Amino acid sequence: MGWKVVVDRDLCQGHGVCEAEAPAVFEVPKHDLVVLSERPPDDQRAAVDLAVRYCPTHALSVQEDE
Amino acid sequence: MTVLTQPPTVSGDDGGTGHLEELRRDPLGLMARVREECGDAGVFRLHDQEVVLLTGPEANEAYFRAPDEVLDQAAAYPFMTPIFGEGVVFDASPERRREALHNQALRDRFMRGHAQTIAAEVERMVAGWDDEGEIDLLDFFAELTIYTSSACLIGARFRDQLDGRFAELYHDLEKGTDALAYVDPYADIPSFRARDEARVGLVALVQAIMDSRAASDEEVPKEERDLLDVLMSIKDEDGRDRFSADEVTGMFISMMFAGHHTTSGTAAWTLIELLRHPDEMAKVNQELDDLFAGGGDVSYQALREIPRLESAIKEALRLHPPLILVLRKATADVELAGHAIREGQLVGASLSVSNRLPEAFPDPDAFVPDRYLDPRNEDVANPWSWIPFGAGRHRCVGAAFALMQLKAIFCVLLQDWEITAAQPPETYRNDHSKMVVQLAQPCVARYRRRVR
Repeated sequence: MGWKVVVDRDLCQGHGVCEAEAPAVFEVPKHDLVVLSERPPDDQRAAVDLAVRYCPTHALSVQEDE
Repeated sequence: MTVLTQPPTVSGDDGGTGHLEELRRDPLGLMARVREECGDAGVFRLHDQEVVLLTGPEANEAYFRAPDEVLDQAAAYPFMTPIFGEGVVFDASPERRREALHNQALRDRFMRGHAQTIAAEVERMVAGWDDEGEIDLLDFFAELTIYTSSACLIGARFRDQLDGRFAELYHDLEKGTDALAYVDPYADIPSFRARDEARVGLVALVQAIMDSRAASDEEVPKEERDLLDVLMSIKDEDGRDRFSADEVTGMFISMMFAGHHTTSGTAAWTLIELLRHPDEMAKVNQELDDLFAGGGDVSYQALREIPRLESAIKEALRLHPPLILVLRKATADVELAGHAIREGQLVGASLSVSNRLPEAFPDPDAFVPDRYLDPRNEDVANPWSWIPFGAGRHRCVGAAFALMQLKAIFCVLLQDWEITAAQPPETYRNDHSKMVVQLAQPCVARYRRRVR
């Protein structure tokens, strides 16, 4: 089963917490949030889960494939 | 397809200024009644201004997701203009906030330095304490947070030129936020007069600091220069100072405003709730004693997880949110979660009502820090109901700073001091007569140096 990273751009304020938790997956430059890999390898899952959990604006989620 | 409904009006319109007097007397009661009688959306009236109050997670989500072009924030807070001064922006666009967040003092990498500064400011406040004595919680935390916010946001040099007078004047500004401003922000009432006198007083203090710096030939090393030095160094095309003391004061007031009464009140309420619940106080004390048993450093620990203390702070924020109502102005007819909003109406979200919805928070009026621990995590599970910091793109950008600051304050305070109530614990309460909520006096506590 695969999974992917979903960003709700209405909510992102650019705090950069996701970048700190999962630098291989997220980058937060001045004007944007870049998802470096929308379908990261499974060894990134724990870091992505932390990014989802600690995102101050709840802008991130993980979507499991059907 | 959703059916569009017109929000009903809540009972209690007095036929004159509508619900204004009730908002000035008992805003929590008014907002709770809107939800009881009208459900997720109900209208109350402030003179000629209608306010649609939205509550519940669905309506909150629609509200906090709405773009600025539809729900304008700046137009919704007329009581702030006389405090900040004309021309000082209330808030920036989400785009500008994003840039500011990227560069400025709130960025993650500055947090450790801020934690150090805050711990030092608490030490400085308690340095004057005897082995035991009494403090007024409002005065104590209001003064402390003037020093912490000025030191962190403007700089240590400016903070060192302040004393208790700045905090007292600042407090008078905050008390000048009567909802009567929705009728006339310059009405001739005592709290507005005191507000305007306080602003003049603050400008005079800042002018004196600027004069002393201008007259001094001391060479300040670059790394010690603060924001005031930077602002004073900017000249216009004729070589004169670009910013007057009045403008500088307006900027400083607005920078400090969001983090002042909010943090001060939350510190007081965290302490009060812990005094009311000795078993929770004991758990927090034990947690801190374990944490610092090896002589840990507050500036390091304040940025790490301190679950019991954090849960107590979160629960104080839920029960006593420092902002009880956030507002926007509808710039066009708009539909939010099925509710019809008309152009020109104010639209509000009630933090005090949302934070106590029984569907999200079982036993909503009880202080239960455990609700934030695994597996309950009621804050994370209810992102559109647990909203002491608001939500969405206008969510408080200082939230992480605020939590760090509160943790740092209690790490220092509770390690060395035992605090007890100096009045029946149930008598501590908030004064809701102004839009800026403050602790009502008397609010006295006793301190005693811990013997270990």
